[in-house]
Amino acid sequence: MSHHLPVLLVVVPLVAAPVVALLNRPRISWAVAVAVTLWVLYAALALLSQTMVDGEIHYALGGWVAPYGIEYVVDPVNAWVIVIVALIGALVTPYARMSVKREISEDRIPLFYAAFILCLTGLLGIAVTGDVFNVFVFLEISSLSAYALIALGKDRRALTASFQYLIMGSVGATFIVIGIGLMYVMTGTLNMADLADRLPEVASTRTIPVAFTFLTVGITLKLALFPLHLWLPNAYTYAPSAVTVFIASTATKVAVYLLLRFFFTIFGATFSFDVMQLDRILMPLALVAILTMSLVAIYQENVKRLLAYSSIAQIGYIVLGISLASVLGLTAGILHLFNHALMKGALFMSMGCVMYRVGSVRLERMGGLGRAMPWTMAAFVVGGLSLIGAPLTVGFISKWYLVQAALEQGMWPVAGVVLLGSLLALMYVWKVIEVAYFREVDPELGITEAPLSLLAPTWVLALSNVYFGIDASRTVGIATRAAELLLGVL
Amino acid sequence: MSALGLFNYWAVIFLMMVGFYTLIARGNLIKKIIGLNIFQTSVFILYITMGKITGGTAPIFIEGGRDVVYSNPIPHVLILTAIVVGVATSAVGLSLVIRIKEAYGTIEEDEIEDESL
Repeated sequence: MSHHLPVLLVVVPLVAAPVVALLNRPRISWAVAVAVTLWVLYAALALLSQTMVDGEIHYALGGWVAPYGIEYVVDPVNAWVIVIVALIGALVTPYARMSVKREISEDRIPLFYAAFILCLTGLLGIAVTGDVFNVFVFLEISSLSAYALIALGKDRRALTASFQYLIMGSVGATFIVIGIGLMYVMTGTLNMADLADRLPEVASTRTIPVAFTFLTVGITLKLALFPLHLWLPNAYTYAPSAVTVFIASTATKVAVYLLLRFFFTIFGATFSFDVMQLDRILMPLALVAILTMSLVAIYQENVKRLLAYSSIAQIGYIVLGISLASVLGLTAGILHLFNHALMKGALFMSMGCVMYRVGSVRLERMGGLGRAMPWTMAAFVVGGLSLIGAPLTVGFISKWYLVQAALEQGMWPVAGVVLLGSLLALMYVWKVIEVAYFREVDPELGITEAPLSLLAPTWVLALSNVYFGIDASRTVGIATRAAELLLGVL
Repeated sequence: MSALGLFNYWAVIFLMMVGFYTLIARGNLIKKIIGLNIFQTSVFILYITMGKITGGTAPIFIEGGRDVVYSNPIPHVLILTAIVVGVATSAVGLSLVIRIKEAYGTIEEDEIEDESL
């Protein structure tokens, strides 16, 4: 059983998705979805602890030995990403029951859970596979189900947001396929480890830099790096609350993982950063993303939209850490993958609670919510503090490592931008807090606290922001190990 | 290889640009999907061209034929998968267009934007 865990991680949700759709009863479909996501979380944690002890786990699909067959490989880098996806999945499904009941019509609820589990399958598959074409297949499974999930939003603008995401996402995925094809034509292999062995021989041809370029553009489109982020704000704003929580905390993270895998494991840090000088593109874009997107966030009146722009800025931090291409920089980036999932998960969940009671997340409707919904808004404050990077929260840990990594290379201005970004985050988080706590609540509306089934997952995430902010030894340990592995210094 | 020998690759580049241009420049949502399809088709041809080996025959095992050169079947298999993905993408895209038409009464991008204001 435990030997087959890498493949079961994908097969169990893949089989469960049609079952959930066929059961076609909101409550039963939900129960199956909860069971599946909990099992996935268990499998993810088991894989992480196994790989931290034994190193890489290889699983040959159908007994076909790599590099001829498809191989699943689990190492600390992707086990980490799998745990992030599984954790958020296991928290969103219990949360979804009440939230979805309010936002999606009853006959579509089983289909919602089916698409949700398919999306989870795709994201886990991208992370676990060791075959580059398999990456594309899972990428499309997760993307297609994500388009369907976003289109379920109540507002009709959800439809156009989903269409826009579909067009841009498909272009990104096709760019990735072109890159993969060009790599295949030069090396004759699709296995990641095999590609890493064979690419140096042909690296000086013209084809490989072109493949590299296509992959860079395709992946940065998927992870919404400025200026390829245009699909993101509308998609996050108009999707149903539970979908926003899930996609915001996992989809872009998995795309970042792809960036790490392709540029460090397959092409190698030397080729990516010394020959192709990827850092000269990624770093300025990341810095611009941090500054401009935080500024844009300050002017938003819809809180979900505000958080969406903040997400693009936070992706800037992750990419900034990666572009430093040092152990410390990568540690900061990988750490922020997890930390950003925790904080944005908590923030979007609290907005889902507001959506449940108030029916809108526009600032003018949120006056006095600090008194009417004390627990919800307290969770928002904790998540917001984490976003700013206040000490004792996970945001502080990420920023601490990021600033250290920048200073290690003598980049004072970069460290300055990171701190300035925190200041801007303070401004947009304060904007919400000001409205929620310093305005009078309208007693006629009779707004009360959100139900427990929404509050419990929200607070699990809010408290993990604090827990992993105080005791960061475990998360930093895994992130450092993953960074060393990617740079090959182990 | 002469420029003519690379004919397929020129076709790929041409189709790719036609598709990409349609996707960006057209405001009609159906035309955008058509552009996306042309764009994806160019990649299918790219893969299939890569799999062709000069003088190679269809990759069906021939008994006793030791000197037989086969074309590479893997790109064909890969692209079968990609075609399925392309069909699924078009299906999702077109069904979204239907729902956009129901919600907005139009499938022209600029008119949808006017409606949203």
